[in-house]
Formats: sequence, C-alpha cells, structure tokens
Amino acid sequence: MTSAPLKGSDLIEAGPLADGTGTAQSVRPSRPRRRGRSAPYWFLVPTLTLFAAFTVVPIGYAIWLSLHRVQVKGIGLGKGARSQVWNGIGNYTDVLNDSEFGHSVLRAFGYGLIVIPTMLGLALLFALMLDTPKARSAPFARLMIFLPYAVPGIIAALMWGFLYLPDVSPFYYLLNKFGLPQPDLFDGGNLYLSFANIAVWGGTGFNMIVIYTALRAIPPDIYEAARIDGASNLNIALKIKIPIVMPSLVLTFFFSVIATLQVFTEPMTLKPLTNGLPSSWSPLMAIYDKAFLQSDIYGASATAVVLALATFVLSFTLLRISDRYTREDRA
Amino acid sequence: MSINRRQISRRSILAGAAALGLTSTLAACGGSDDDSGDSDSGPVKLTYWAWAPNMEKVAAIWNKKNPDITVTVSKQASGGEIVSKLITAKKAGNAPDLIQVEYQSLPTLVSNDVLADITKYAGDTKSNFAEGLWGMVTLGTDALYAIPQDAGPLMFYYREDLFKKHGLTVPKTWTEFAETARAAKKAVPDAYLTTFSANDPGLFAGLSQQAGAKWWTVDSAGKWTVGIDDAGTKQVAEFWGGLVQEGVIDNQPMYTPAWNNALNKGTHLAWVSAVWAPGVLVSSAPDTKGKWRMAPLPQWKSGENVTGSWGGSSTGVSTDSKHAEAAAKFATWLNTDPEALAALVKEVAIYPAATKGQSGSVLTTPEFFSNQSDFYTTAGEIAATTATAAWGPNVNTAYTTFQDAFGKATKAKKESQFDSALATMQSKTFADMKKQGFEVTEA
Repeated sequence: MTSAPLKGSDLIEAGPLADGTGTAQSVRPSRPRRRGRSAPYWFLVPTLTLFAAFTVVPIGYAIWLSLHRVQVKGIGLGKGARSQVWNGIGNYTDVLNDSEFGHSVLRAFGYGLIVIPTMLGLALLFALMLDTPKARSAPFARLMIFLPYAVPGIIAALMWGFLYLPDVSPFYYLLNKFGLPQPDLFDGGNLYLSFANIAVWGGTGFNMIVIYTALRAIPPDIYEAARIDGASNLNIALKIKIPIVMPSLVLTFFFSVIATLQVFTEPMTLKPLTNGLPSSWSPLMAIYDKAFLQSDIYGASATAVVLALATFVLSFTLLRISDRYTREDRA
Repeated sequence: MSINRRQISRRSILAGAAALGLTSTLAACGGSDDDSGDSDSGPVKLTYWAWAPNMEKVAAIWNKKNPDITVTVSKQASGGEIVSKLITAKKAGNAPDLIQVEYQSLPTLVSNDVLADITKYAGDTKSNFAEGLWGMVTLGTDALYAIPQDAGPLMFYYREDLFKKHGLTVPKTWTEFAETARAAKKAVPDAYLTTFSANDPGLFAGLSQQAGAKWWTVDSAGKWTVGIDDAGTKQVAEFWGGLVQEGVIDNQPMYTPAWNNALNKGTHLAWVSAVWAPGVLVSSAPDTKGKWRMAPLPQWKSGENVTGSWGGSSTGVSTDSKHAEAAAKFATWLNTDPEALAALVKEVAIYPAATKGQSGSVLTTPEFFSNQSDFYTTAGEIAATTATAAWGPNVNTAYTTFQDAFGKATKAKKESQFDSALATMQSKTFADMKKQGFEVTEA
C-alpha cells in the first residue's frame, strides 16, 4: 500500500526530468509496440477470412434457412408459385416432433453402444499386445491391423454388403454346406451388428495407432522400476500403461462418439440391398433425404442445426464427466 | 496431463465445429457457380444436363451440323438428386439451358419454376408423339414444358426355356399370373416367378397406372387431388401383397447382387419390366442370352389391352436459359429428327418416345433377344396401349414413403401391411402438399 504511491511519485518526478532526450527514448519503444500490437491480427487475417467464408457464413446461412419455409400458392405451377417465407421456429418444432428423426437418433445411439466399446476395447488390447516386449513381428501386425482403415468407407461397406447377402456370400455357402442355421444379417437387431462389424473392422486400426503412439511415449524407466518392484506384464499394463494413456483413450472416445452420430456411408451404401433399411435410418441419412431427395433445404437445415447442437452438448457433457473423473483420479 | 486434456477439449470443439460446418455446407452448397459467360457474338453456347450415357455423342452430331448453336453435355446423377440440384441451381440463377427430366419430375420442376414453357417454339411437334405421352409433358395444361424423349412401357419377360421345361403358361391376366406363380413354386421349390421390390416405386407406379390409378389430378378450379390409395392402386398392392404372403413371390429388392444372381441362375423365372429390360439383362444375367421372351403385361380383365410405364424421360428448357429458342430447337431435333433418333437408339440405347422412332429400321432386335425377331414390333404395339400417368409436384415424397413403408411390409410378408403401407403413402404425400401450401384435397 505504501510502496505504490512512492513508485508513482517516482515516475512523475522522472517525467519532467527526462525532457528532450527522454521523449526520444519513450517514443522509440512505443512505436514498435504499437506495430507489434496489430501484427498478430494481420497474421490471423488469412485464417479468419477462410474461417468466416467457409464456416461462419455457411452456418449462418443454414440457420437463416432453418427459420424459413416455402409457401406455395394455389396449384403451385409456373413462375411466382413459390415464395420463401419466415417460419420462425416452425422447422425446429417439426424436427423435435418428428418421430422418424427421433428414431434415427436412437438407432445411432444403439449402434454406438455396440461400436464404441468393442472398437476401443479391441484397439486398446491390440495396442497393449503390440507394446509388450515379447511381441513378435510387431511392425507387420501393426500394419495389418491398421490396413482396413485405409480402405475407403464405401468400398468397405460394399464388400461387407456382398458378404452379408446370402446369394453371393461365401460364408452362407459354407453355412449351407454344413447345414448350419443361416441368419438374416439385414434383419432387425442383426442390422446393428452388421453395421457395427463394418465400423469396428475399419476403425480399430486407427484408434489402435493413436493409443499405441501414446504407449511408445512412456519412458521405459517406469517399467524398469515397476519390474524391480515385482510387477508382472499384466500388472504393468493395467496399473501403469492404461492410466498413462487415459487422455488418448478419451480422445479416441470423442472421435468415436462424433463418428457414431455421423454414421452415413455404411447404411447409405447398403440401403439398396435390403428392404429393412428406412431412408432415415441414421440422423445424417434423414438430413440427406430431406435436402437431396425431398428438396426441403429448410427442414434439412433445421435438422442439421439440431444435430450439431446435440453433438456439442453431448461432447461437452462427456468432457465434463471425463474431467471430473481424471481429477478425482489425480487426487 | 493437463496439457493433454486441454488439447483434447480443443480438438473436440474443433471436431464439433467441423461437424456443424459439414452439415451446414450440405444445406448451403450449390450456391455460387460462375454465370455462363454468354457473349453476343459467336455461336450460341448451350449446356445440357443429362444422365443417360453417351448423350454427348448425339450432341456431337448436332454440333457438327449446326456451328451456330453448340451444345455441351454435362453428365449428372438421375432420380431425385438431379431434381434437387436443378432447384438449387435455379435459386442461384444458373440452371443449365437444357435438362433431361424424368416424366414424374416434371410437375416438381415446373412448380419450382425451373422449366420454361416452350409452346411458342414447338410448332407442330405434337404430331410426332402418342397422345398419352404428350399429356405428360403438358401436365394437362396449354403449356408445353418438355419434349418427350423415351418411353418405358411395361411388359412381361419370362424364361422361355424354363417355362417350357416346367409346363408353365404365359399369363394373359393377373389371375393367371398368380396361378403361374403358384405352379412355378410347386415345380421348382427354391425358385420364384419374380419378386416384389420395395426399392422400385417406379414399377409400382406403372402397375398402378395400368389398373387405372390417377395418383395426382388437377381440377379446373386449380386444386390438386391426391388419390394414391385409389381402387386401382389398392388392387395392385393387395394382389402383390397376397402373393408375397403366400410365399410364391419373392420379397427381395431388385438391382442387388442377389437379384442378379437369381436372374442369372434361373431362380427367378420372369420379370415384370419395361421395354429397356434387355439392356439390364445383358449385364445382370449374362448367361441367359437367348433364353428370354417378351410378352404383353398381364391384364386385369381378359380382353383388355393396357399397360403402364416405368421410367422414360423428356428434354426440357430451363427458365434461366438466355437462348430458349435455340435450346427448344435442339430439344425438338434431338427427339424427332430421324438421324438423332437413330443415334439415340444406337448410342444411348433408349426406346424413343417419337412414334416414327418406334417402328422401321432404327430399332434392330436386341442381340440378347435374338430368339424373338419381332421384339420391337410387339413392343410398338404394347407402347401404343400405354395409359397416361398422372404425376404431381411431390413425387419424391411419395417415392421415399413407398420405399420405407413397403420395405417394412414386404419384409413382414403380410398382405394387410401392404394395405396400410399404401395408406401411409397417401397420408404422407397429402400432408406434405398441404404443408407446402398447395390447394389440395384427398380423393
């Protein structure tokens, strides 16, 4: 308290004392400072321009569209038959009351409940196995596990689709040969397993690499210390490796949740093969159907905004939960 | 640890933002293309959006003969996707000059002001086409929205060899068709006469047209009537539903590897299809060349002679075109000039809509049907009996609902569900029109 005014008075005294030479000294540092202050913004301009042009403006346009609808007059043919009118939150209440969209979200969750634990469990297991000192031909195994990720989603879906179809599938041929029961993989609950299988097949490798990279970053002296304390490989995996790679697991979990809500390629590609797949099986399919088959860009925009918001809310909720979990862990 | 977590949260935000960006670009895409750079001097340049293969080869013939009007073909997707794309392009003010339009999409595009009225450039083009086809491009008004290009009259295709082998008769009525289906099932237990595909609303629409269905109609007062669950359509739905429930007709969708396999192996003995079927069979069932035969579609009453259509398209001129007259001239040439018709048949493999294209030397017997030398003579006779289709401005909604509702019904193999699926189709189509603001009632 007492030192502050003293310092202040010091400065005031120094001001007039400095005079001629003092001004030169005080101006010189201030100029670069001013220039320095604006420089970061100039560096930001390209990013901000692109961000505005390709993210902010499209989002704004989608929101604007989602608040409008088309109004047809009379018979609705020819010029001037259609006009775009304000619809307020009409499209949003439609989306929230649309049982088909609700079902598509539930289906995505059901699909995620199968895919995420299986895929991340396998990815973690593979990563840990590759990381054990005794693992043989690890680089080759790593490549083989990762390889399906390099197959484009559509190709993977088509390939599995052929394997699922009784008339062209070699599996069914064998089942038939041995007189075993032949399940309908496009029916009811099996459908979820069929899609989940494609996703797990394609996604495990990627998640495995993320976890494996984190495992490789652990300094080996920790293991040495653990071994001296008498820890087995299993103990090291469970008590040292998994807790340390937890952030990577959380990361892959988030990626998987978002990918689940956006599941599109597999059901879309397999839809023509079966009667059992409605056109709005997943949330993105419902949006695609509205926008590109029904030509209802207004309803599609509203649905897209709702899905994006839901993804946000879900991501942040999960982040909160994982935050609390790791904090407790630390304490 | 904390740094890691911060990174995660930032990444998830970015991913979320990317998700939002992605979905919103889906909704907003197709906004800004450069305007077609038209100059007043030099040849008129027209763009033509078409999905039929090799259309550019036919346009090349025109370009060679008409140096003052150059047509460039741009290949597009068909079905509902080109319709959405055209509506978006129209909003941006850069729809192409010429468009290949399926008949059932015409009302939707006219309703979105994509198609121009070309009556004043058409002259006496009308005389080139059958009455039923012309009705589809005028929408029953005084305007003309497109020139008919190809037709897809429905016919009955069957495996001649297998029919002979199992002593099956070619059905003349739908009652006989049901009997043949039962007889076929009895003769070959793991085979079916054919399938009811819930993925092909176009075929169902054609079968309903044959039964006299008018799904959309406009009265003189300017009011639409949606009558998808009318008596004719009901009859068709119940007929097929009954056969699927009985287990004598397959319930698998068409155009799948399994379906190709069934046709090729002969576990499907027949196919209700349109005049373009030979082109499909060539690739779907290559081993069955020369074993098929085509007959008229079975009738609801014996002695009647009606068929519906599956597919077919026309050539329209967009309201954005700055050279509507030149575009209409090309559209007329393309679909009525003998040289163009011959090229369409040869290169694009279509069945021309123009009456003079349906007879004469232009059409040669498909190689796949070498055993039926009068293929196109018979086809021409059948085409002349085509019922006019009545399309409305939201065919897409009706078609998607068909796929979803009938998909469930065929999977369940229950005739009663075929009935309720039809009711769903009716109510959803009606509700959609009502919501958009059309003056509309239910039949």
